Formats: sequence, C-alpha cells, structure tokens
Amino acid sequence: MTNRFHEFAEFELDVLKEVGNIGAGNAATALSRLLDKPVDMHVPLVNLLPFEDIIEVLGGAEQIVVAIYLRVTGDTPGNMFLILSQPSAKRLLRGLTGVEEESEQPFTDMEMSALCEIGNILAGSYLSSLADFTRLSLSPTVPSVALDMLGAVISSGLVQYGVMGDKALFIDTKFFEGDDEVEGHVFLVPDPDSFGKLFRALGVPLE
Amino acid sequence: MTQGALIKVGMADLQVTSGGGVLKTTGLGSCVGVTLYDPKTKTAGMAHIMLPDSSIAREGVLNKAKYADTAIPEMVEQMVRLGASVPRMVAKLAGGAQMFAFNAVHDSMRIGPRNAEACKEQLMRLAIPVVAEDTGGSVGRTIEFYADRGLLVVRTVQQGVKEL
Repeated sequence: MTNRFHEFAEFELDVLKEVGNIGAGNAATALSRLLDKPVDMHVPLVNLLPFEDIIEVLGGAEQIVVAIYLRVTGDTPGNMFLILSQPSAKRLLRGLTGVEEESEQPFTDMEMSALCEIGNILAGSYLSSLADFTRLSLSPTVPSVALDMLGAVISSGLVQYGVMGDKALFIDTKFFEGDDEVEGHVFLVPDPDSFGKLFRALGVPLE
Repeated sequence: MTQGALIKVGMADLQVTSGGGVLKTTGLGSCVGVTLYDPKTKTAGMAHIMLPDSSIAREGVLNKAKYADTAIPEMVEQMVRLGASVPRMVAKLAGGAQMFAFNAVHDSMRIGPRNAEACKEQLMRLAIPVVAEDTGGSVGRTIEFYADRGLLVVRTVQQGVKEL
C-alpha cells in the first residue's frame, strides 16, 4: 500500500492527464457511435482538488443533475461518475431513441434505466481502454443512477478521501456533442491507495 | 423581515452563531447536517459531518468538523463559549442518505446511515435530545437553520420542502 498523499509533481499530473485522455477518448468514441454524431472532448482536468472545488467545477452543489455512478473494482479501485445536466440527459435520450420527449420531467423509469445503460457503455469503454494500456485489471460494477443535487451525489464518491484530508484526485473530462446539445462530464476518482499501482503500471518511477 | 446574515457551512465544516442569522449547508448526501440550538440564548450551531468516527483518520491535522465524534463536542464547546447551556440544547438532524441503490453495495456507500447513527450516539452521550430529524432515504438535502426561532428547513429535489 502506498500512502504518498501530497501534492503531485507536474510530470505525474501529466501522466494522469494521459489516463483521462485515453479513457475519455474512448468513451467519447463510444458515445459518438451511440448518437451517430461527432462528440468532442476537452483536455482533461487533472488535479488534487478540495472537495468544494470539485463540486464548483461541475456546476455547484445545488445544481440538479443526472448522475450515473459506478464503482471500479480490480487492481486500482476507484469511483467513476457520468454527470449530465437534465436538458442534456433528455437530448441524449432523444438522440438515442429518436423519440420526442413527451413530458419535460421527471424522467420515466425507462429513461433512467436507459441513462444507466449509457453510463455503463461509457464507463466500460473508458475502463477497458485504460486496462489495455496499463495491463491492469479494471472492471465496473453495475451502474446506479440518481437525479439529485450535485453536492449530494458527488460527496458519497469522495468519502474514501475524507480520511486522508479535504482533497481528492480528480480526473475529469468534459465532453460535448457537435451542436453543443449534449454536454457532460465523465470522471474518475481513484482510491487514495490506487495511485501507487497506477503510476507503476504507467511506468512512473516511485521513490 | 430581517433574517440576519447567511452563514455558509461548507463540507466538513461547522459554524456557530449567537447573533441570529441563517446557517446553511447545501447538497447533503451521505453527509449529515447536525444543528444544535439553545432556545433561551438563541445560540445556534450547524455541522456538515462527512464520516462517523475520527479513529479512521489518516490526515495530518485533524479536521474536527468532519467526524461525528469530534464535530459535535467541538460545536457544543464553541456554543458554550458564546453563552449557550448544554442542558438547554436541542438537536435536529438531516441527511445521511444512501444516494445510489446498489445490489452489491460497496461499503463506503453505506456511509450515510452510519453517519446518522454516529451523530445520534454522540448526542445521546451528551444528553442532548434529538427533537426532529429527516434522515436516510436516497435523496439529497439542502438545509437552512433560522437562529432566531430554531427552525430547520429541509429542501429536496423530489420531495419538496419540509420544516422541522
């Protein structure tokens, strides 16, 4: 178990950024296939951030979002989230099924279930590309979806970091569909004890 | 109508006031918002508690506001310094939800109910009665505590607003 919970060196952050690039790049490709439209993504934001800042980056504690959560199991356990605004989630569903939305909200059970499946596909492609690259064994658990305040859904995924301090390692990628109709975040929060293995697998020498 | 100042309580944070005002914390999921109130002196405190027990802490400098077993005694102490009396104090709780329903629940995701339980144990130890609570379930909560009259307002996305 490696417990090197301090500021990361610049090159280490670059390596983690590459993790985000590989994973999110493949997730964006998967989403683009689902929608049959190009999906772009921003350069990942990777940093050890205070909890409050993570929530701010994603839109603020009280913003109501669709959150799909998966636990990552295997060599480097962690938490993974797909966060969508409500309009984006609706548009994503419409893009996927071609069915015009009938009611504004809340989402039907069927829609929530479809969003869960989208999360499953995106997380699956994120993790499998990362696993291929690092030769680590990584697998997602069955996803779970919630429509609620951002602060409430995210904080449960940061609890592992609570015992270490008030910051968490946040590997975030913002993605958006060509016409900016659908945008969201896909991000990975590796458990504090996973850094060591992740760095070793990526060939970063550890002192 | 003057409510006084809005006092923001962050995640793993606690604030006390004796000059009225509204204590507010947003987006409680598995975390628990604990409010203490001395109705006579109108001294109020709110903590946004993240974890049940500080014995698991691995941080260098302990953030007392983060853990139920350290946050509640600390809040009581700060309130006493402002003139509150422990035997007069009453507690209200909100939060401690399990945001994601899982079949195979990862342990950390059950933290909500454990947090609520740990808060109640601490309050019982200090003989502070819990006069109202809105805990558990799977909903996020934003809470506001009105220090002038000891009112706790709980807002949720799906279930509207409750006054405790």
